[in-house]
Amino acid sequence: MSAIQTKKNVGRRDWLTQALLFGVSLCLQPLLALAKKPEALEAIQKIIGSNALNEGKVKLVLPPLIENGNLVVLKVSVDNPMTEQNYVKAIHIIAEGNPLPNVFSAYLTPRSGTANITTRVRLAESQKVWAIAQLSDGSFWQSSVQTMVTTSACTEEP
Amino acid sequence: MSAENKALQDDPSANPALFWLMDGQTLWKEVLGPKQKSCASCHGESAQSMKGVATRYPKVINGKLQTLEGQINQCRAFNQGLPKFAYESKELLALTAFVATQSKGLPIAVDETAVNRVDLKKGHDWFYQRMGQLNLSCAQCHEERAGLKLGGSIIPQAHPTGYPIYRIEWQSLGSLERRLRNCMNGVRAQPFEYGSTEMAQLELFLMWRARGMPLETPAVRP
Amino acid sequence: MSKTSRTVITMPDKAKRGEIIEIRAIAQHDMETGFRYDQTGKRIPRDIIRNFTCSYGGVEVFKADFYPGVGANPMVIFTTIATESGTLQFEWTGDDGYEALNQAQITVT
Repeated sequence: MSAIQTKKNVGRRDWLTQALLFGVSLCLQPLLALAKKPEALEAIQKIIGSNALNEGKVKLVLPPLIENGNLVVLKVSVDNPMTEQNYVKAIHIIAEGNPLPNVFSAYLTPRSGTANITTRVRLAESQKVWAIAQLSDGSFWQSSVQTMVTTSACTEEP
Repeated sequence: MSAENKALQDDPSANPALFWLMDGQTLWKEVLGPKQKSCASCHGESAQSMKGVATRYPKVINGKLQTLEGQINQCRAFNQGLPKFAYESKELLALTAFVATQSKGLPIAVDETAVNRVDLKKGHDWFYQRMGQLNLSCAQCHEERAGLKLGGSIIPQAHPTGYPIYRIEWQSLGSLERRLRNCMNGVRAQPFEYGSTEMAQLELFLMWRARGMPLETPAVRP
Repeated sequence: MSKTSRTVITMPDKAKRGEIIEIRAIAQHDMETGFRYDQTGKRIPRDIIRNFTCSYGGVEVFKADFYPGVGANPMVIFTTIATESGTLQFEWTGDDGYEALNQAQITVT
């Protein structure tokens, strides 16, 4: 079979490849397959490597309706004792709909006391935002929030 | 204004206008120019001398209707012998915000007087006059339809209680004149020029319309 | 010469040993994303703060990576345990040689 893809077949082959990848990833990592943007999926993959991504322990707070995505207060907290033996090593924020999915990463230590972080982020559009926590035992936990981002009427650019 | 924006606004260490206020404080004390004067040289401690000042602007001074920005520039040129700040420059915004925030919590006190009557009437007329390609007046949205929605946003009554504001859209502090120009662009009208008499008249009317409401500079708005 | 800007640290100056204290760190920075275009249609290059660290008595206790998705004038609120009296050092580094430093004293009883 010729390795050269004819114009007619390119579209269908790409679609079939995508569908196959989706199907495979759905079996291997059900949660990940539902992340819409492929770049976000890749960014999450880089963070967790070959580990499983569990749901729970992480609480992500974002306003449900965001009037302007330029400055959004984001609060993330992880239910964890924060001791030498068991602490949160890192918290990563991934935004599916942003031009770059990685938004913010915090690295904590047993001296942190809590795994509560507040920051202010930019959200380009209505999208799902993920918070992924890495614990000292190597496990990964996640939570996500679906946000609705509007833009104000009467903006500067006509 | 959403609950989130109010929380940001009320928290002095989280309010995004923080750095402009700090710059304003520095500018207030900066001794400059041929006369080697700072704002503080004449006005002393801003917390005392500027308390209540922003609630009374725009006002007629020496026959001319001045906005707070206009008066700051007037002082700069006349009393300090320095070139005026450009409108929307970081310095003018910082100084205006710094002066205005000294009146935070005080009620806006612009009343109709014999000297401002003509300008106030003109400002009133600007507010109710249709303009632009969309042929809309300020009143049609902000009086008749306040509380209803435009796109995803609730139409406010448009009281300028917190200027200069940190507008999240701008990702920066900005003046009332900038916001009014946005509005005028919105109805596809030729916007008034910065520092123009029409701007001052409209601002005078808006502040008079908001009289009694507490000043909340620097406010946070989407 | 590296560029810098103002930073503000808000945290208590006194605490009891073992108490968890909240620290707010804000830096003045536009955080130009690199995804915006100017009026001629040219892309405005990325210029952001990349990294923030907090050291307590010389030991790094917190670190953060910022990406363009962090809002202008970036703020982080985090906690640390008040272990001893001393100085907390805060450092921000970023594009175009940006560097800012700040510090705060704490008395722990």
